[in-house]
Amino acid sequence: MIDGFMALYIFMLAAFTGYEIIGRVPVILHTPLMSGSNFVHGIVLVGAMVVLGEADTTLEKVIGFIGVFLAAGNAVGGYVVTARMLEMFRSGKDGRKESAE
Amino acid sequence: MSGIDTQWLVKAAYFAAAFLFIVGLKRMSSPKTARGGILWAGVGMLVATLATFATPQMENFILMLAAMGLATALAWWSGRRVAMTDMPQMVALYNGMGGGAAAAIGAVELLGDGEHALAFITLAVAGSIIGAVSFSGSLIAFAKLQGWMRKPLRFGGQQAVNLVVFLATLALGGLLISGEAGGHDLILLFFLAALLFGVLMTLPIGGADMPVVISLYNALTGLAVAFEGFVLDNAAMIIAGTVVGAAGTMLTQLMARAMNRPLSNVLFSAFGESGGGGGEISGSMKPVDAADAAVMMAYGEKVIVVPGYGLAVAQAQHRLWEFCQKLIERGVKVKFAIHPVAGRMPGHMNVLLAEAGVPYELIFDLDEINNEFPSADVALVVGANDVVNPMARTNPESPIYGMPILDADKAKNVVVIKRGQGTGFSGVENALFFNDNTRMLYGDAQDVAGKLLQALKGL
Repeated sequence: MIDGFMALYIFMLAAFTGYEIIGRVPVILHTPLMSGSNFVHGIVLVGAMVVLGEADTTLEKVIGFIGVFLAAGNAVGGYVVTARMLEMFRSGKDGRKESAE
Repeated sequence: MSGIDTQWLVKAAYFAAAFLFIVGLKRMSSPKTARGGILWAGVGMLVATLATFATPQMENFILMLAAMGLATALAWWSGRRVAMTDMPQMVALYNGMGGGAAAAIGAVELLGDGEHALAFITLAVAGSIIGAVSFSGSLIAFAKLQGWMRKPLRFGGQQAVNLVVFLATLALGGLLISGEAGGHDLILLFFLAALLFGVLMTLPIGGADMPVVISLYNALTGLAVAFEGFVLDNAAMIIAGTVVGAAGTMLTQLMARAMNRPLSNVLFSAFGESGGGGGEISGSMKPVDAADAAVMMAYGEKVIVVPGYGLAVAQAQHRLWEFCQKLIERGVKVKFAIHPVAGRMPGHMNVLLAEAGVPYELIFDLDEINNEFPSADVALVVGANDVVNPMARTNPESPIYGMPILDADKAKNVVVIKRGQGTGFSGVENALFFNDNTRMLYGDAQDVAGKLLQALKGL
């Protein structure tokens, strides 16, 4: 495992990054952004792959299989849905003034 | 390549993925760059996934590819064919799957034997609880939005039961951490308790509050992924999970604030049960037919459209925009007023209108448009209810008192397209519908928009 305090530092900095990203988002993008961040935690897929890859017993393999299945669904579904929502932002974006909030 | 080299390759790929995720999310937070943002994040996901295959000492590749192929096919198919109006529940579903995956990782780590540091087991247990709650909770949220569960389920002593289940989950987790007891039965019981808590916690929450709940579960899944990332020593999971956890928490707060409801209220109070929260409404609802309403708007100077969830349900956005285009051709000024929580999620209505082709210049936020209502000849409320209820301004007894609303009641005339006479999603009676200058146009929003269009063509 990453050394205790180093882990805390990473956690803190990543958390601030997340706050900063969302802080000034126009309402119009809330749903696509929620969907986009939903896609990003689909990265759980790599963890599930490693767990399944290292599974020995049947029970571990079954749970690992479920994990990879769920995680891949999260990643792929999250991507498709987000991309479709953002498709909608193609036309006429130039004339649109951004709202302050 | 030696084992060390491939390990380096995997780590480099995870670093690149973490970078691409952050840049992608950043780009998604501005309308100009939003479309490219998902591509950046997508590339990050692809890089990380491909590199993971190179992780040393992995087996079960056939199982792995089968699970991935199956999930990809199902998710791709469901994600492509779902209607734009049903997006929120799909987000809930995919989010729940991510939470379930985090819980599965935790389960395997807890099953594995061998001595582990206290921090390791604690994080594995915490990630498992959060992931499992997010999984079952999101599935309930999906079922509710999909219309499989119409009524919030509430019973006496519900809070107490939930608290007991929650404490039991924590106690079982504590037992696992302490190492006093172990074994498959305990682990199974632990996960069942966590899953049960997710279900119980979500059941009493009404549909109108679902966006906040989904956003909360989204943040929780991120956190669970980060925790399991620490357990697996996986930097990509730690960074991406933590960023989403923090971003999701922030987004949840923004949503709750837009509805003027503290998060604790959403989660722990039965909403809309008070049956209107007192306050007598005088007057009656006055119906109007489509032809009259069309004339009213055609000969007005300014029409402000207030779309709500009813528009989304009826898929009426295209038909409505056609009608508005005809109005614009006649020289009527048409504007769209979007409440921050119109639809099912903040920004959901913007997406639907964008899909129909409504230009952004015509779409306005609450703050931008509210002082324009007095100068509007007609406010056309399409399937919106609580967000135009003037009781939020006037009646301190009302459960929605204090929520910022669109002042549609201040327009010279109000036309409300509504399916029936019932109350809105929150179950609160709407004083706007009883006003003297309000006319009710009953029917499915899609049909009514078609009739309005017909009437307008006949003029």
